[in-house]
Amino acid sequence: MAAPALLLFGLFGLVPLGGVVVLSLTRWDGLGSIGWEGIGNWSSVLTDGATWQALGLTVKVMLVSWLVQTPIALALGVFQAPRGRLRALFAVLFFLPLLLSAVAIGLTWQALLDPSFGIGATPGLHWLAKPLLGSPDLALYTVIFVIAWQFIPFHALLYQAGIRQIPTALYEAAALDGAGPVSRFRHITLPQLKYTMVTSSTLMLVGSLTYFDLIFVLSGGNGGPGDSTRVLPLAMYITGFQAHDMGRASAVATLLVVFGLGLSMLTTRLSGFTRMDSQQEGM
Amino acid sequence: MSATVTKARATTGQEDVLPQTAVTPGPVRPNPVAGILRRALTGSATLCWAALVVVPVYWLVVTSLRSRADFTADSPLALPSHPTLDNYRTLLAGDFTTYLLNSVIVTVATVALTLVVALMAAFAIVRGAGSRLSRVSFRLYLLGLAIPLQAVIIPVYLLIIRMQLYDSLLAIVLPSAAFALPITVMILVSFLRDVPRSLFEAMIVDGAGDWRMLFSLAAPLARPALMTVAVYDGLQVWNGFLFPLILTQSGDKAVLPLALTLYRGQFGIDVPATMAAVVLSTLPMFALFILARRQLVAGLTAGFSK
Repeated sequence: MAAPALLLFGLFGLVPLGGVVVLSLTRWDGLGSIGWEGIGNWSSVLTDGATWQALGLTVKVMLVSWLVQTPIALALGVFQAPRGRLRALFAVLFFLPLLLSAVAIGLTWQALLDPSFGIGATPGLHWLAKPLLGSPDLALYTVIFVIAWQFIPFHALLYQAGIRQIPTALYEAAALDGAGPVSRFRHITLPQLKYTMVTSSTLMLVGSLTYFDLIFVLSGGNGGPGDSTRVLPLAMYITGFQAHDMGRASAVATLLVVFGLGLSMLTTRLSGFTRMDSQQEGM
Repeated sequence: MSATVTKARATTGQEDVLPQTAVTPGPVRPNPVAGILRRALTGSATLCWAALVVVPVYWLVVTSLRSRADFTADSPLALPSHPTLDNYRTLLAGDFTTYLLNSVIVTVATVALTLVVALMAAFAIVRGAGSRLSRVSFRLYLLGLAIPLQAVIIPVYLLIIRMQLYDSLLAIVLPSAAFALPITVMILVSFLRDVPRSLFEAMIVDGAGDWRMLFSLAAPLARPALMTVAVYDGLQVWNGFLFPLILTQSGDKAVLPLALTLYRGQFGIDVPATMAAVVLSTLPMFALFILARRQLVAGLTAGFSK
């Protein structure tokens, strides 16, 4: 019974995982026949400044996104956790970015941030009429902002669910002991959310290796202006599917695999995600 | 973490499976006066967030109702001076319905395929719990969670070409299902694990085989979890962009997210028309949201929130 799933997952998930390493040692334009290349792709990819630029951008997007999204998602999760009518209304609003595709979000923000016709054309909002996506200095931060817009609701949901699982008894006991709201947050909510935080961070960090669709659309498909938003997945796409150099693109993709597996092994080790028992502490 | 923890969970396991529907009371404070600082902080974060969400969505909708001329003349956040549905009429008279149908076919086929094979796999893993095969396959799916889609897209592209599936809807369905499997299997496993063993044993005593246990016990019991993952996987596939971008080519095989980028090329700087396409492509997900809000919330958090 396990066979169909293993077959499907093996064929399209695991075989390509090995396949990408093999392809990184070949020469292929994506259409014709595949020829052996050896380590040529690797030496050219690893000595190419563009690779390191893309890798640096990827790490930057990853870290800044994590720093921006985590506190906001936590605050929103804390606010949403208690049930109530006003909160139910807000909850509907929180969902909207989750329902839109990355392409839809990209197109909307790109038009909205247009310096001539976008939101900056509103009286009183002229300070927003800047080439936010067109300037090499600002584009990356604008992209990180839109990424946050897309993903914060999801992480806020995780925190909300995590908070709702904290036993009320802990708070009652703390209140009896005279703990104020700040110290209850610090000594109960935060520690109890440890695993939620690790899960959310894992998804954010590993997920940031896949920020492709949104940046593809926001930058008009080329990671521009210049190469200021050309993160690793986009560099891989451009090398493989636009410059028709699948061998080199596979080498870049292998870097992504190594990066992704390393990150998730690190965070999984921290979280104990594979354990089959409860992760609730203090009960 | 101790044995008592595991025990405590075993008794409440059923409620823990779907965190969203769990009736564990939230951290409602016995003393409502406390927490003012925290509320001020989270409350203002929430208001800022609400504005950040509402303003772009409002702009998206009003822009889609403007003519091209009004778009440059009107103030961006004002109501349309001459509201019109022309953009929507143009879209619906064109290829939009083809793209919509493609998206529906791809999403329904992927979700159906994923659910069937994932349920079988989860059942096998839970029934064989402790066996080497069960442990190894579970680890493989865990590994799958960490594989970035982009990292394997080139070999997948090669496979699809060799299988002669390039530029077909099936070329999107198969890899999408494969990549939906890890999370789906994990959620179903964590659900089925909490089904009391005695139920299975009772069926074995009655002479039931694995297939009968799957169909008449596991599947009905897992229905809430199946609904949850169906909605979650459906949302992911509906919004998926990379597989369609790389594995299809012709306009008549385009799904909605890909079609949106085609519209941008086609309409050029006609922003209102593009925004109308964005609104139309999202409407089915709004409908799903209104119909299955609970499942959606549960789906989005299931498996992550323990």
